[in-house]
Amino acid sequence: MLDPKAIRSQFPLLLREISGEPIVYLDSAATSQKPDAVLEAMMNVYRTSNANAHRGMHPLAEEATQQYEKARATVQKFLNAKYAEEIVFTKSCTEAINLVAHTVSQQDHIVLSLLEHHSNIIPWMQRDAHIHWTNLSDLEEILRTHTISLVAITGQSNVLGIRPPIEEIIQLSHAAGAKVLVDAAQLVAHHPIHVQKLDCDFLTFSSHKLYGPTGIGVLYAKRECLEEMSPMLGGGGMVYSIAEQSFTPLGIPEKFEAGTPPVADAIGLATAIDWLAHYDWKDIEEYEQHLLRHAEEVLTTIPGLTILNLQPHSAKAPRGDLQPQSGCISFTLAAVHPHDLTEILGRQGICLRAGHHCAQPIHKHLGIAASTRLSVGIYNTIEEINLLPSAIEHAQHVLATT
Amino acid sequence: MDIYAENILDHYRNPRNRSPLSPQERIGKDRPEDHQFMQYTENNPACGDEITVGLDIQNTHVCTISWDGTGCAISQAAMSMLSEQFTGKSVEDIENFSTEDMLALLGVNLGPRRLKCALLGLDALKKAMKSHGAADED
Repeated sequence: MLDPKAIRSQFPLLLREISGEPIVYLDSAATSQKPDAVLEAMMNVYRTSNANAHRGMHPLAEEATQQYEKARATVQKFLNAKYAEEIVFTKSCTEAINLVAHTVSQQDHIVLSLLEHHSNIIPWMQRDAHIHWTNLSDLEEILRTHTISLVAITGQSNVLGIRPPIEEIIQLSHAAGAKVLVDAAQLVAHHPIHVQKLDCDFLTFSSHKLYGPTGIGVLYAKRECLEEMSPMLGGGGMVYSIAEQSFTPLGIPEKFEAGTPPVADAIGLATAIDWLAHYDWKDIEEYEQHLLRHAEEVLTTIPGLTILNLQPHSAKAPRGDLQPQSGCISFTLAAVHPHDLTEILGRQGICLRAGHHCAQPIHKHLGIAASTRLSVGIYNTIEEINLLPSAIEHAQHVLATT
Repeated sequence: MDIYAENILDHYRNPRNRSPLSPQERIGKDRPEDHQFMQYTENNPACGDEITVGLDIQNTHVCTISWDGTGCAISQAAMSMLSEQFTGKSVEDIENFSTEDMLALLGVNLGPRRLKCALLGLDALKKAMKSHGAADED
């Protein structure tokens, strides 16, 4: 069992108060807070060993290179990737998806689910690729009737918290000759990932939702996929040689990492991964499910509050049902706009997200413009969840129109 | 000052000049020659707030403003206040009304997150005004 008290004590930000009230941080799906271990590791880089990686022969440069590559190996093991060079560091999950989208053209047919975050929609649109929207139940039909290059799908919805059955989607897509990109931005902090077992072609995530720093993301891609891809950014650190009119890039992964690499951020990410490894995934998942099921229970007692989900008929996966909501749940409150609700809750130190959460298609599908999202990390407690009903009812009272 | 101050909440709970009918619909076809009707719908896709504003203008005099919309307390209260503010004023007053004037009218200081909410109604009004002076074609 997790000891939330012992975990919380490692997060200095959670000691902060807002208007004299202790902070209740329920917005980890936007970004997680960072444990002391990560903060210290990053501070230590700048205090003791800061240098540019892959450049220079002096001892500090050597150390920076070693630590940066060690971080890559940590991510490789974390994702269960076959080779370290299958891990490309980017500045964000968004950039990782853009890096793959950069290689498609307007001839390509791409399948996206209605659950996608804008970062897994816009990059494909920018390439003028032909987009096919799936509600998951019609995926087989789409794969049968079109020549699909790639299926890009979230591992866990950032609004509904549901997890599409990615193993099955990958099998179906591969059988139809399509590659699969899994956007694991939301999944990564809540469920173990084994890219070789999944057999996905691409998988992306960002460090800052995994208790690590902002400013660094990861693209995993099968070695043969990366070798075929052209680099998106040009610059230092990605070139093998330059001729009068052309250049030859380095091999993978360097050819995708132009510019000074985010050394301290990579070390921060690796530290977050090592820190999280102190806890058993089974315990993490059980505890977070316990928090969310409890949140569901207390929220549904509030009059006018509706928790968002797909209708059972459209929630049907190709085969089998969607799993229970993980990481977050979102809701609407009759006659109270999410912006008003979260602003009023925020004054009591309760931090929830309001808006469309960069996922307009699913909101449109549900017939709403915006919602309020509650998301958890392993530092949240049942006591925090229990503060919600009275705080929400207070907001309802403030804004009551009758 | 609290953005959920009583005056804002009062306008939110009891919006002034809010009506599903535009001034044109309310007055009907028998309007005097020198009246012009204008209407514009402005929305903020980021939060789904939407305001439709209608004006009845005689020469440069704002006779009636009516509006309808959905959204947060700030966007709805701001529009309600504007409709009171400009009824009986001139079109120039609307054109010259600034962001600072809007904040002064609300009596609050808003951060960048909520400023868009506060300005939604003013944007709708100004865009409706753009058709002012153009030939009225019905």
